[in-house]
Amino acid sequence: MIIQKQKPFEEILKALDGEKKVFIFGCADCATACKVGGEDELAEMKKKLEEKGYEITGTYVLDTACLTGEVRKRAKELKDKLDAADSILVLACGTAVQTIGDTIEKLTHPGVESLFSGTVMRLGKYTEKCRACGKCILEETGGICPVTRCAKGLLNGPCGGYRNGKCEVNPDQDCAWLLIYDRLRQRGKLDWLEDVKDAKDYSTASSPRSYTWERPEEAGKHE
Amino acid sequence: MSNLRDSLASGTFVVTGEIGPPKGTNVERMFEEAEHLRGKVAAINVTDIQSSVMRLCSLAVCIRLKQMGLEPILQMVCRDRNRLALQADLLGAAMWGIENVLCLTGDHVALGDHKAAKGVFDLDSVTLLKAARTLAAGKDMAGNDLDGTPVFFTGAVVAPASDPVEPQIIKMRAKVAAGARFFQTQAVYDPQQMESFMKAVAGLNVPVLAGIVLLKSPQMATFMNENVAGVHVPDALIQEIGSVDKKERKKKSVEIAARLVKQMKNCCNGVHIMPLGWDSLVPDVLDKAGV
Repeated sequence: MIIQKQKPFEEILKALDGEKKVFIFGCADCATACKVGGEDELAEMKKKLEEKGYEITGTYVLDTACLTGEVRKRAKELKDKLDAADSILVLACGTAVQTIGDTIEKLTHPGVESLFSGTVMRLGKYTEKCRACGKCILEETGGICPVTRCAKGLLNGPCGGYRNGKCEVNPDQDCAWLLIYDRLRQRGKLDWLEDVKDAKDYSTASSPRSYTWERPEEAGKHE
Repeated sequence: MSNLRDSLASGTFVVTGEIGPPKGTNVERMFEEAEHLRGKVAAINVTDIQSSVMRLCSLAVCIRLKQMGLEPILQMVCRDRNRLALQADLLGAAMWGIENVLCLTGDHVALGDHKAAKGVFDLDSVTLLKAARTLAAGKDMAGNDLDGTPVFFTGAVVAPASDPVEPQIIKMRAKVAAGARFFQTQAVYDPQQMESFMKAVAGLNVPVLAGIVLLKSPQMATFMNENVAGVHVPDALIQEIGSVDKKERKKKSVEIAARLVKQMKNCCNGVHIMPLGWDSLVPDVLDKAGV
């Protein structure tokens, strides 16, 4: 999921400066799991903004804020409340801010920082495992991604910067390549590390990216 | 031509030195340091934005060394340039007749003085070695023909004091497969460790120069133990450098370094001395070590 944290309230206030009426969107998906954009957080934000003199024309937690269809449908249902607002504060990821902003003709403000696509280790503790590079190499690395989990994204084994199994960048962070080394050793696959990898093709990771899914029976027709 | 390549091929004990460019344009002191190495070393490494602390660029210093009649080893790290810029700089080096290139991954930007910088790492040490080899074969990494083919003598680094050391050795094999023709090691202070490392990599048939960093003080040794990965200064050496007055430190530093060179002379193909500004002591170290 997209791991998120709320922006400082002062920064949100600064963004809303000069406006009077605000609508607040949240998201029941990642933003709720990250405690930034669920029912509780929207109620809290509403209260804090009202204390600062803002009128909240409405709040709504979208099921999935990155679905254009969902946003369009709710926008129709909430039309009056949205029309009454000067702007929309989005307590969900940057994709949500833009899905909403591109669908509803109203100024949108981001209320959270989108941090990374990550795993929930436990509530409140998140780590990054995949950065969606577009060409998965987990098959070759024992299921541990060095593109994401090595601070340098190295493909051909560790640098000389590991100490006590940890990364030179952050002593709390495991060296991804030592994890890969240990896992392959346990599985008797250390010889996999002997395979020299070519420079990675980063064209699959070049933003902005888009993708069009085709039904299997249609796939290939246009090739 | 590469004096380094010829020296290593001849089988003699090879010594390389190192200078680090300054932060700024006052280069006199650096070139004075280089002068101390004249006639004493086969070639001189020029570090590339060492420790991710922004400094004057390595290639420019290498060009000047060449003009001074000193042979440079151009260090290139993958932190700051993508494959386009790295290949372009390799060709630029070749234009100036710089053949020796040491290919490194490079420290992370988080360790340096521009922590907000974007680390590149488009290539890594292994793929940079391959890129140099590809250029030397008349092609670029995209498979296009070059108009004029460069000549390189490429090397790489390894850290024998790493724990565990096996991943380093596996990567060393990858570097050899990618075109590394010589190795310089991270600083080594334990000759026995170096000897067992050399036994483990004997099958690679590639020359290895043991890294010697001049110990300046017990504080420096402790700092390296705590902060520099792949370096371990034994307690006995920390006590030894701390056992003398500050005035006597240089003398003691020479004594320790010379002893290390002597002890490792028979197990490796040479030494790479990193004086960290104490270049004037290098001739003394070599004299006392008998090389």
